[in-house]
Amino acid sequence: MKKYCSFFRVRFALGLQYRTAALAGMVTQFFWGGMNILMYRAFYEADAAAFPMTLQATSSYIWLQQAFLMLFAAWLLENEIFDDIVSGNVAYELCRPVNIYDMWFARSAANRLSRAVLRSFPILAVASLLPAPYGMAAPASAAHFLLFLLTAVLGFGVTVAFFMLVYALTFYTVSPNGLRILISSVVEFFAGAIIPLPFFPDGVRRVFEMLPFASMQNVPLRVYSASMTAQEMARAIGLQAFWLAALVAAGRMLCSHALTKMTVQGG
Amino acid sequence: MKTIQKLADAVRLYFHYVSLNVRSAMQYKASLLLMITGQLLVSFSTFFGIHFMFMRFSHVKGYTYEEVLLCFAIVLMQFSLAEMFARGFDTFSGTVRRGEFDRILVRPRSTVLQVLGSRFEITRIGRMAQACLMFAYVVSASPVAWTPLRVTTLAMMLLGGAMLFGALFQVYASLCFFTLDGLEFMNVLTDGGREYGKYPLDIYGKRVMQFSIAVVPYAVVQYYPLQLLLGRSANPWLAFCPLGVLPFAAICQLCWRYGVSRYKSAGS
Repeated sequence: MKKYCSFFRVRFALGLQYRTAALAGMVTQFFWGGMNILMYRAFYEADAAAFPMTLQATSSYIWLQQAFLMLFAAWLLENEIFDDIVSGNVAYELCRPVNIYDMWFARSAANRLSRAVLRSFPILAVASLLPAPYGMAAPASAAHFLLFLLTAVLGFGVTVAFFMLVYALTFYTVSPNGLRILISSVVEFFAGAIIPLPFFPDGVRRVFEMLPFASMQNVPLRVYSASMTAQEMARAIGLQAFWLAALVAAGRMLCSHALTKMTVQGG
Repeated sequence: MKTIQKLADAVRLYFHYVSLNVRSAMQYKASLLLMITGQLLVSFSTFFGIHFMFMRFSHVKGYTYEEVLLCFAIVLMQFSLAEMFARGFDTFSGTVRRGEFDRILVRPRSTVLQVLGSRFEITRIGRMAQACLMFAYVVSASPVAWTPLRVTTLAMMLLGGAMLFGALFQVYASLCFFTLDGLEFMNVLTDGGREYGKYPLDIYGKRVMQFSIAVVPYAVVQYYPLQLLLGRSANPWLAFCPLGVLPFAAICQLCWRYGVSRYKSAGS
């Protein structure tokens, strides 16, 4: 365990170095969130009765989504891991007395977390200063806030575990680009990154909510602004735990199978 | 005569670059196919986003589903045209960092031509295919009566829009001369322009309109000609509104020149 903690720590410290990049990213995300809210406002003005959550809850959802983008982003995959697999450098990693799945898991978790830490607080701080329905509201209650933290951790785990599958699959396809684009777009759509899941028609939404993708950002972002009932929350948390366990198990299996079949490319 | 010959020569060279790029992409056929499919699906997810929003809402600021889809298809096409041809600018930060720009400078050819030729994204055909599908659907489903004026408007929009996004990519690349790294902030203008350009710009309110007239002229390739296309305005001059991109593109070209003159090699 200690060695994985150090992988985590090293990677986390490395991620914290890119402060200018974080600043540029923050400005980007701020604009992105702002445009998104303006878009929902236009729909709200068109037909307020058809809006599935309050405008305030939608704004909070969007600001949280932007603030924690790096935790859940579907496009944030580690190029270094892909490069290692494609170039054959993975052979060196395999020489180390560590489990490659655990090592990569720790690494990508640290990478995401370090970027999110740099960006989230300034975005949330500025967003909470904005006027009422467009800014970031306080959590519905202390309990909702605690549940938000719990579901965010679970959702984060599900996200990392899911993308571990993509890394493992790269052992088979070698060139990662195609798989990567395909998967990111599918994940973004089903996770509620394009439009939040409550905006989907009920039948479609019920199916989507069962998928692992809904266990990523959807749950924590909706829990925060209390747009889920207690029963829905309990079910969602159960599903999150289930998917986390299932994805980690699948990833480990796939990884060890890939390693037995692996041909190292290049010398 | 000589300039024509030079131009023809440049075009030939560019297509030679393109064929090299395509052939190298063909070496990884499975990956290429997956990437094209991926690109196709990426923009489909945006389409479904609009689709599901309109299952709930019947209109937004008076625009119907079909009208928004037309706008979306046009902007998507503008962007994918620009991306296909100007992708070299997008990956330019790597070129500068690895010192590869030195090699470009020593060759007796235009820098822009060489940078553009360095990457040609065949995978962007996926996005383009989707824009075409969208067009086919919208043209058959929408109430727009296609007069010659409207067809001209559409052609002008595509041309102007592709130029606008291309110019933005060029500014993005010019900044790399100073920062060495791509600035993520520029994504707001390029990807953001595509992402939020799917709805007519006036739904975002007055400030966004002002920005897209005075700072980056999105409105001249989207909002104004769209009014003519959708029959909300009868002013035929709106068809030539996309020409308003030209001054902006000229400024971007100047930025690039300035960047090249200030270039200090970074590589070894």
